[in-house]
Amino acid sequence: MLWACLRFPGLAFSAAFAATPEAGPSALLDGHARQRLIAAANEEATAFGVRRGQSVAAARALCPALDVRPRDRDAETRLLAGIAAWCYQFSGHVSLAPPQAILMEVGASLRLFDGWPVLAERLRSGLLEQGHPHTMAATPFASASWIFAASADGMVLPEREGVLRMLAALPLARSGLSASMVKSLQAMGFRRLEDIFRLPRPELTRRIGRDGVAWLDRIRGQSAHALPAWQPPANFLQKIEFDGELDGSQPLLFPLRRLTRELANLLAARDGGVQRFTLTLEHARGQSTRIVVAMAAPQREAERLFELARTRLERTTLPAPARAIELVAEELPVFRPPLRDLFEPVRGDGLDWPTLDERLRARLGDAALRQIALVADHRPERAMRYGTPGPVVSLPRRRRPLWLLPRPMPMRPEPVAVLAGPERIESGWWDGADARRDYYIVRTAQGQQAWAYLPPGTLDGWMLHGWFA
Amino acid sequence: MNAIASPNLAQVLDHPGIWRRSADRQPRVRALSTGWTSLDAKLPGGGWPQGALSEILFEHDGLGELDLVMPALAALTQEHRRVIFVAPPYLPYAPALAAAGVDLRFLHEIHAGSTEAAWSMEQCLRSGCCGAVVGWLPDIDYRSLRRLQLAAETGDACAMIFRPSTHAAQNSPAALRLKVSNSDEATYVDVLKSRGLLTTTAPLLRMRA
Repeated sequence: MLWACLRFPGLAFSAAFAATPEAGPSALLDGHARQRLIAAANEEATAFGVRRGQSVAAARALCPALDVRPRDRDAETRLLAGIAAWCYQFSGHVSLAPPQAILMEVGASLRLFDGWPVLAERLRSGLLEQGHPHTMAATPFASASWIFAASADGMVLPEREGVLRMLAALPLARSGLSASMVKSLQAMGFRRLEDIFRLPRPELTRRIGRDGVAWLDRIRGQSAHALPAWQPPANFLQKIEFDGELDGSQPLLFPLRRLTRELANLLAARDGGVQRFTLTLEHARGQSTRIVVAMAAPQREAERLFELARTRLERTTLPAPARAIELVAEELPVFRPPLRDLFEPVRGDGLDWPTLDERLRARLGDAALRQIALVADHRPERAMRYGTPGPVVSLPRRRRPLWLLPRPMPMRPEPVAVLAGPERIESGWWDGADARRDYYIVRTAQGQQAWAYLPPGTLDGWMLHGWFA
Repeated sequence: MNAIASPNLAQVLDHPGIWRRSADRQPRVRALSTGWTSLDAKLPGGGWPQGALSEILFEHDGLGELDLVMPALAALTQEHRRVIFVAPPYLPYAPALAAAGVDLRFLHEIHAGSTEAAWSMEQCLRSGCCGAVVGWLPDIDYRSLRRLQLAAETGDACAMIFRPSTHAAQNSPAALRLKVSNSDEATYVDVLKSRGLLTTTAPLLRMRA
C-alpha cells in the first residue's frame, strides 16, 4: 500500500471566491460570529500589510478596498469532492479528509503510471492546471502521509522504517495531535515525537487519552484504519451563487468554465460522458433562464463541454442580470470513444459526422441543420417534411421538380410552351386545405422548365410552384 | 544505372502538380463520374474533380443545372457518403430527389446567411466526413473561394458552388468552371476553365433537346 495525501492550503480561499475571480486585494474571514478574523489573504492584500489573525476593521484600515468574504464550508466540501472526482482516475480508493485534504491509495496503480515520479508529476500538473495549489506526500500509512504533506511537501517514504525515522524527528506541534495535547506534552518537557514514542503505553494513555494514542498508532501503522472510499455520484448538480449580479454573458464565462471542468472531472471519474445538460441562470424575483445543451453523442472533455455551453449561452439573450448559475446533468451515459477503422485513411480534420454536426449546430443553431423526408401524400406541399428520413415510401409516378417554391406565386411572364400536362391534383376538402389544380410542365422564354398550375378549366392565371433545375 | 534514383521525364511529367497543355498524356486527375457519359468522356479524369472546387455558373433557374450534378450526388449517397446542401435558394423537393436516386438519409441541408454559409461549407469540406458539399453562394469573393478550394483539398471532398453566370468574367480559383446556358430550347454546358485541359472548345454537353 502506498497512500498519497494531497493537501490544498488555498482551498477555503478559492471556494469562497469561486463565483467571480478575485480582483484586487481580497481576504477570507473565519471564526465565530462575534469575532471574525482574517484567515487568509491574497498577495495583493498581503502587500498592504493584511495578515492572518487581524480583525476586519484592522484589515480595512490598512487596505480600504479589501474584498472580504466569509468562509463557505459547503462550497469547500463541493470543491474537495470535485478534486476527488478528478483524482479518481488515478486510484480506485480515494478518500476525503476534510477540510482540505484528499487521501488516495496509489500503490496498486503505480505500475500503470510508470512509478511514483511520473504519477506525482501528472497529479501536480493536473492540479495546477485547475488552479489548485497543493502539497503532497506518500507513505504506506494514510495518517503519516497526511502529516508529511503538511510539513514536508514531496516526501515519499515507501518503507515503514523510513516513516518511523522521519516521524521520530518530528516536532510535536506538527504531529497532528490536538493543540491541547501538544500543549500538555510540551509542558512536561517533550519536544519531539521520539520522546513520547519511548513512553510506556499506559503512561501515554494517561497523559493524552485513548484518542491521542490511537492517532500515534495509526501514523506508525500499528493499527489498521479503514478510510471511507469516495464514490463518484450518479449525476451532477452544482450551483454557484454570486455576491452581486452579473450582467451579460461575458462575466458568466468564468463560473461556467469552473462548472464544466467540475463536470468533466466527474465524467472522468465515472468513465462516462454527458449527452445533455441544463444551465440555469437565476435572476431577481425568482425569474430564471434555462439553457439546454444537447449533443449528438456523449462528450467528456472539459474544453469541448465549455465550448458547447459557451456558444449556447452567448446566443441566449438574458432578460436580467444573473445572481446564480447552476449546471445539472442527470444522465451520464457510458462514454464510447469514436470507433475508427484501422485501415480507413483519415481525411482532413478527421471528424466524424456527429462531431461536425455538433460544431455546426453550436454556431448556427439547431434549426439551421435539417434533413428532408418523403411523405406518402399526393399533394405537392405535403409530399415532404423536415425530419429524419425513413424508408422510401413511394416514388411519384410523374416527373417532379428538384426545386419547390415555399409557396406558389403568380408566374410572370407567362410560359411560352406547355411540355407536359395537365396533371390534375385534387386535394384536401377533407382537411380544409381544399385545392384543385392542373399542373403542367412549361417552358419560359429563357428556356427554363417550370412546374406551374392553372385552376381547372381556365387558361390564364399561371401559378409557379417549382423549377426543374 | 540506378533506375530508382533517376526518374525519367515521363514519370516527372506524370506528377499531378504539373499541368501540360495539349499533351498526349493528361495528368491524372482523380474524379467522380458525373453520370453523363458524354461529359465524363471530355472532362479531365472523367468527371467532377475530387478534392477540388467546381463552379457552376447558370443563366437562370430551371435550366437543368441541378440535373447536371444529381447523378454524382445520388451515387455518393448510395455509397453512404454524406452530401450537404448549403443555403439552397428553394426547397430541395424530396420526391424529385428520391426519384433521382438520392438516399435521403445521407443528404443534409444547412440554412445560413452568406458569411455563415461560406463558413459551414468550409467546415464540412475540411471535416473529411462529407462526400460532396454543394453551396449556393452568389456573392462569394475570390478569397472565400480560395479557402473552399483549400478546404476541399484538405478533406478530399468534392466542392460545388452554384452562382449566376454574371460572375463568369470574374477570376476564380476553382479547378473546374462550367457554364450552363440556354439557346434554341436546349441547355448547353460549356467549360470556362479546367485544370488539366480538354481538347475541345465545343459545348461539353447538350441537355433537354
